[in-house]
Amino acid sequence: MIELLAYSGTEAAQQVVNALSLGSVYALLALGVATVFSILGLINFAHGELVTIAGFVMLALRTEDVPWVFVVPAAVVGAGLAAVAMERVAFRPVRGAPVITLLLTSLGLSLVIQNLLLIFVGARGKDLRVGEWSNSTFEISGVIVKWFDVATVITTFLVLFLLTTFLRVSVRGLALRAAAEDFTMTRMMGIRADAVIRGAFLVSGLLAGIAAFFFLGTLGQVGYDYGFTPLLKGFIAAVIGGLGSLSGAVVGGFLLAALEIFFQVTLPAENTPFTAAIVFAIVVAILLVRPEGLLGRGVGFERV
Amino acid sequence: MILDRLRGNGFRRSTHAERAEAPIADALLATSRLGARYGSSVVLHDVDVHVRAGEIVALLGANGAGKTTFLNSVMGLVTLTGGQVFYDGKEITRMPAEERVNAGISISPEGRHVFGKLTVEENLRLGAGLKHQREFAENRDYVYELFPKLRQLRDTRGAMLSGGEQQQLAVGRALMCKPRVLLLDEPSLGLAPKIVARIFELIAHLRDDGVTVLLVEQNVRLALDIADRGYVLDTGRIDLEGSARELRESASVEEAYLGLVAQA
Repeated sequence: MIELLAYSGTEAAQQVVNALSLGSVYALLALGVATVFSILGLINFAHGELVTIAGFVMLALRTEDVPWVFVVPAAVVGAGLAAVAMERVAFRPVRGAPVITLLLTSLGLSLVIQNLLLIFVGARGKDLRVGEWSNSTFEISGVIVKWFDVATVITTFLVLFLLTTFLRVSVRGLALRAAAEDFTMTRMMGIRADAVIRGAFLVSGLLAGIAAFFFLGTLGQVGYDYGFTPLLKGFIAAVIGGLGSLSGAVVGGFLLAALEIFFQVTLPAENTPFTAAIVFAIVVAILLVRPEGLLGRGVGFERV
Repeated sequence: MILDRLRGNGFRRSTHAERAEAPIADALLATSRLGARYGSSVVLHDVDVHVRAGEIVALLGANGAGKTTFLNSVMGLVTLTGGQVFYDGKEITRMPAEERVNAGISISPEGRHVFGKLTVEENLRLGAGLKHQREFAENRDYVYELFPKLRQLRDTRGAMLSGGEQQQLAVGRALMCKPRVLLLDEPSLGLAPKIVARIFELIAHLRDDGVTVLLVEQNVRLALDIADRGYVLDTGRIDLEGSARELRESASVEEAYLGLVAQA
């Protein structure tokens, strides 16, 4: 009996580690989606393609056997620049257009990038040659922990700390927070609209690049449509937390991962394919009770 | 000579170009035949306003007369149907709004528009923009001297402030970029008389510090007490202009605003 309890204790601890690691990746993705949404009111459906692009930067460098220490920063910067380029090429021409136009633009952009990759690099997933280190583990009182998961969680919290500091301390960060609240008034501070929007895309791209390393690193490969799952998870997590709320995005990311892991573990084996359906049902239920999301603004205020 | 200057700025001939009046030579800020519309309704029509350096100029008029639209036109936030805006001897009609701020025109808008999630001090830091961060501490201390209450509330979020405190913050924030011209939109709106008196005292004080003020105000008596000159807007047109004394004595101003003055 005691043995059984001890076992389920370590088992639970194991799953908590998994949920934290998965939640970290979701949180990074959701933060990227929420950053752009908070400024432009745009859900960037091409956010997943930033993950894909970061993946192909990694692939290109790994094929040349560049060490990962250089590959990761290059991929992160690559995704950041790709996001800025997206804004310049696709979104700036339709700035000020109705939200539905922006939405369709991002959807179109996503399709164009996917199909270009499909044409030029093919449909099959490519090996990132991650190596054995990504699977190395250590044991702590019976719980086997992957170093990669530890790195994921620590990096995410470091990124959250840096992002929070940036948003609190630097003028550009303050401008991002202010613009999320009142864009015109932010321009009246002498801060250029272009700079604010470019900054939002840069932040979202960098976050996507970091998430890409942990997401694709776990998979060990990348393909033209590997951005779809990250987009979906990031989007759902951001919606749960309240679109546009950055802290909400982080909460939403960890909550989504916790739900997924919980049902994967507790459902009988033959029912695990239904995990996604059950999780989405819960998300719908959350949104029925709180349409503005857990930490969303506006609607809730007016109701009080 | 004026045409040369306009060409020098890459000016595209507007429909009014040949009739455009030269702006008052020594004006710091001037508009010439300014027109604007929202949708199909004209809200400004041929508005000529000028403000000389060191002046306080009051822009008066009833609700919906176009006062706020005029200020927003000067800031570059409204699509114009015609006319020009001049600042410091140069045409700025097509200058982006942010550049106007960086050139020295600042606004405390109607409704205050304080950043509610930012603290008082963060609001002020942002007010200094990217251009004036080096003088931030100095300008902040200047604002705290003008509004000692803000110093006490420096770590409080904008949303938690009272209306009067928000108004002080909005004015203080607009001063953080060391503007040459300050546009004030209804600084007395919704405030207790005591706070209104304090803010108007301050506006007069700003003139002594070399800030030129264009003041939009519904409280006519109060505005004309501190203004040098004034304009009366009526449904998008300048109805009357003159020195503050002339306007104070003008029967039509009294008539037009008797109701409002009695309320105030």
